[in-house]
Amino acid sequence: MAKYIVKRLLLMIPTLLGVAVLIFFLMRVVPGDIVELRFAGESAFAQKENLDKERARLGLDRPLWEQFLTWMLGIVRLDFGTSMWTGAPIMEEIKLRAALSFQLAVMATIIAVVLAIPLGVVAALKQDTWVDYAVRIFSIAGLATPSFWLGIVFILLLLIVFKWLPPMVYTPFWVNPWQNMLQLIWPALAVGYRYSAVATRMTRSAMLEVLREDYIRTARAKGLWLKLILSRHALKNAMLPVLTVIALEFAFLMGGLVVTEQVFNLNGLGMLFVESVARRDYTLTQALVMLVAFVFIFVNFTVDLMYAWLDPRIRFR
Amino acid sequence: MRRHLSILVIAIVAVVLTSPAAAQDKPRYGGELVFAVPSEPPSYDAHREETFGVIHPLAPHYNTLLRPDPTDRTATKIVGDLAESWTISKDGRTYTLKLRRGVKFHDGSEMTSKDAKASYDKIIFPPAGVASDRKGEYLDVEAVQAPDPYTLVFRLKWTSGSFLMSLASPWNWIYKADILAKDMRWYETNVMGTGPFVFVEHVRGSHWVGKRNPNYWDKGKPYLDGYRAIFIRDSAAQVAAVRGERAHIQFRGFSPAERDSLIQALGPKIAVQESPWDCALLVAMNHDKKPFDDKRFRRALTLALDRYQGSQALSKIAIVKEVAGVQVPGAPFATPPAELEKLAGYGRDIAKSRAEARRLLKEASVPDGFAFTFKNRGIPMPYEPVGVWLIDQWRQIGLNVKQEVIEAAKYYAELRGGNFDVAMDFQCGYIVEPDLDLYKFQSKDKSPANYSRYTDKVLDELYEKQSRAVDAEERKKAIREFERRLLDDEAHYLYTLQWHRIIPHSAKVKGWTVTPSHYLNQQLDAVWLAE
Repeated sequence: MAKYIVKRLLLMIPTLLGVAVLIFFLMRVVPGDIVELRFAGESAFAQKENLDKERARLGLDRPLWEQFLTWMLGIVRLDFGTSMWTGAPIMEEIKLRAALSFQLAVMATIIAVVLAIPLGVVAALKQDTWVDYAVRIFSIAGLATPSFWLGIVFILLLLIVFKWLPPMVYTPFWVNPWQNMLQLIWPALAVGYRYSAVATRMTRSAMLEVLREDYIRTARAKGLWLKLILSRHALKNAMLPVLTVIALEFAFLMGGLVVTEQVFNLNGLGMLFVESVARRDYTLTQALVMLVAFVFIFVNFTVDLMYAWLDPRIRFR
Repeated sequence: MRRHLSILVIAIVAVVLTSPAAAQDKPRYGGELVFAVPSEPPSYDAHREETFGVIHPLAPHYNTLLRPDPTDRTATKIVGDLAESWTISKDGRTYTLKLRRGVKFHDGSEMTSKDAKASYDKIIFPPAGVASDRKGEYLDVEAVQAPDPYTLVFRLKWTSGSFLMSLASPWNWIYKADILAKDMRWYETNVMGTGPFVFVEHVRGSHWVGKRNPNYWDKGKPYLDGYRAIFIRDSAAQVAAVRGERAHIQFRGFSPAERDSLIQALGPKIAVQESPWDCALLVAMNHDKKPFDDKRFRRALTLALDRYQGSQALSKIAIVKEVAGVQVPGAPFATPPAELEKLAGYGRDIAKSRAEARRLLKEASVPDGFAFTFKNRGIPMPYEPVGVWLIDQWRQIGLNVKQEVIEAAKYYAELRGGNFDVAMDFQCGYIVEPDLDLYKFQSKDKSPANYSRYTDKVLDELYEKQSRAVDAEERKKAIREFERRLLDDEAHYLYTLQWHRIIPHSAKVKGWTVTPSHYLNQQLDAVWLAE
């Protein structure tokens, strides 16, 4: 097992390197220029001399290989440099938003798990009854409803019915838990609902498959208590694909909630991502892509380790 | 119909409530003004930036030498800020400003002419490696001198009709000389001004906070305890913030539909201030390409536009309204309507204009159904509706126009590189001053923002003539000549409609007057909250 873990950890390096090469060169291929955008655009007075000065300051006048090498050397030292747009250290820019994005992802995951697993199990047990149909309608509606749209509906309902709007500035949980919850519970519900829909359907189908297995029939035949069969034999085995779905969704939430963040005015990683791309802030975009890639790789790695814990038949040798 | 009527009644009540009579209420001290800002400062140094995202949260920390009178809706009346008086020499080339005494920076040190000189030297004569975005605005300045601690002298190379206004630029904050001497780039990441509010915190992507400066030189001001600027990019979220009373105001502007929804939802709790906006969507026609190099074709393009009908229709859905020439309506140098109507494309008889347009196209050997691509900027409001309107107008003189929407980051590179036939262009003034509005239209070797890519020495001479004219009437005449040549005789560029600034805000906000520029009147020293 230890050998497997080391091997998987080492494999992360070429994957991240590949991502680094791709993102660095893709960003340079995309037309547009941060200097042009920031200083030349609408200004009648922007002189070429000024633009060249700024390009030189940002290092954009240097050969591509040199820019790449500088960036890679920085990454090795875990120094992602400074944002080309704000001039602030990138770690500072990300740290600010990561807490909110992480908390929102955790809250949405909790909501999704709390909804999806019981509903999925019940739907599987009561297959083709009104309960199953109700759960299926609930989950299909969740899949069909974009989170941001649900977010807009929440905001409108709160405004129209309660004449109230969630706070628009993030307060960390440890500073004021009530304010924090007042702001984040709504986007967490909006995102968690869609997330739960995916997980509910996966739980239901995995449970249906497991419930038809011989060992479940055997357990029932020997008179085992249904709750015990479900918790000890069925659910644990059905959890493997569900876990993968939950984990991948979690990784996605860390940087993919752009529109929901916009609707609720959340200062998260998703918005930062979009803004950095729109501004052609190369250094920040590169760092964010590396972060998201790392989160995905790390989550996959963790899921693989959990597989082994959930299913003793899986051996990593 | 009844709904529209009720919106209209509420709007009238709201406008009446914000009229000067209502503004004469006795200011009340205390409270925190919360406002939404749709953009965010890239750096804190206004001398190098060009987004209002710097001005809105940061301007309350600073003063400028002069400023437009905060109660003047046209923003063309100049009053002193750090300068209490000024004189102009007989030859019009020396401006002497007397600075206020007892003005303190937020660190307690005294502000003197040394600080003002250092700030202007940074703007006009930036050292190597320091970017000054508006250096080009001060080409007429020969030297800045500080003969004594409270006197600042500007010596000009030639006379200027715009110099006083230039000193009222909202970007020209006075920085501390000692700090600049140690590090010219210190102000990119730090705040140290003399303004009515002291910096408290900036959380990137979230908010900016300022608190009352107890040692402010203008005794009795500011009225607010502090302010909080919340960065909200999405316009629907900005509307929700005002509607949900999470923000009192958003100073840039809302669309007509957003204004109506706020009035409908909040009734008397909302007040609305509106003004012609010193921003315009222009059409650049690439003179390097055929047939856009032919002035008959360009005149046909402007003659096809029914601006008055367009104004009526578009002002209901977009932030455009006024039909204007090269100056925002209401400004001293704005074109009177009767004169405006004499320009090509501004006549009231659209059938006659379009018949003339078709004749010109024929004369220029442009076939019926001639096709070209119109490049538009990928920003929905107001580029999209105005773009659609333009294409429809040109279709009516037999032109077949395809629209290509370009992402904002790539857009100006396309324009600067001349990679277009006809393209939407934009100009927005930060002070209401002809020099600023006309600079762009000089020949391409003088103006890097001349995206129509022409050389017109006559136009350059007219620019210079109006810029150096110190007599207002003489200047007005030169501006009219410039305008006629730019928009009619040569039709180098095409003005669509002037933007229209709509600020619906909490009725509690008092002491703030809308101006034609969203860069102006952001010091917040006179703003107060009624409750």
